[in-house]
Amino acid sequence: MSRNAKINTLLLALVAALAVLPLALGLGDHKEEPFTGADGEAETAITEIEPDYEPWFSPLYEPPSGEIESALFSLQAALGAGVLAYYFGLRRGRRQGEERAAARAEGAPSAPDADTDA
Amino acid sequence: MHIAEGYLPPVHAAAWGVASAPFVVHGVRALTREVRANPESTLLLGASGAFTFVLSALKLPSVTGSCSHPTGTGLGAILFRPPIMAVLGTITLLFQALLLAHGGLTTLGANAFSMAIVGPWAGYGTYLLFRRFGAPLMVGVFFGAFVADLSTYCVTSVQLAVAFPDPGSGVAGSLAKFGGIFAVTQLPLAVSEGLLTVLVMRLLTQSSKGDLLRLGVLARPEPKRHEEAAA
Repeated sequence: MSRNAKINTLLLALVAALAVLPLALGLGDHKEEPFTGADGEAETAITEIEPDYEPWFSPLYEPPSGEIESALFSLQAALGAGVLAYYFGLRRGRRQGEERAAARAEGAPSAPDADTDA
Repeated sequence: MHIAEGYLPPVHAAAWGVASAPFVVHGVRALTREVRANPESTLLLGASGAFTFVLSALKLPSVTGSCSHPTGTGLGAILFRPPIMAVLGTITLLFQALLLAHGGLTTLGANAFSMAIVGPWAGYGTYLLFRRFGAPLMVGVFFGAFVADLSTYCVTSVQLAVAFPDPGSGVAGSLAKFGGIFAVTQLPLAVSEGLLTVLVMRLLTQSSKGDLLRLGVLARPEPKRHEEAAA
């Protein structure tokens, strides 16, 4: 593995560790329902502060179940990851193509644009 | 960090909408200008938007025993400046409000203000500050993304505290409460976001040097600058 790849892997491992540690250390054990969303907790806090508060608008569309909701969240992540992967794949392909073209140009010094490094 | 649909009183919801609108409109103009002037930016713009899409779908467990997600706005703010991120962040929020019932239309203004406006500006400012004092690129990127993430959740806490002051201890008491829910939970996640943003920036420096030079993220080598000045 190159030094670059090692550093990148290390970064990913750190992120994974940060995500797994709270689970492994049981940091949610003091709660009735560990690891729920912070947004939901905020809603609970609002009702604690103002017991009479009623949300005055409800979402136009609500996923009918937790499964559908996580499916849509995965879709969001997949869309994002797909675009990122497309971007890096395209860039890598282009760079390789340019390198190959440059190598070919070097192999044939009579080519008129042999000395351009663009 | 999204304030759920209907959970801000109408006056607050409207006020945050009014506060956010000019930033988003200005952002749309900045985005159109950028795409017209540099059509080759479109790809990287898409990638920056995609990064916030992935990160804001990533619900991670945290030290408080609850889950939250990063925002992913620091990267785009550093690459393209904050106004453009106001647009990309708002699009992400709109997607989540319409399809996932996460956040909401009535709270879109408030959520856009925290995630698409304050976060990117605070992150970009931090990045610039680090760079100005000679910090290496990746150090600036890490702290820029870290601050973009954390400041978003601090703003959310303030927004809720102002809307729902504690009957006993007032806004300050509520702020402590909402800060405990959002900001503390977010600390390790902001570190994760910093690390992931550094990872993507490293990949970009390997694959897209040209883009980063044009956007001024990487400095041009001296002789090239002279060539340009002469041209």
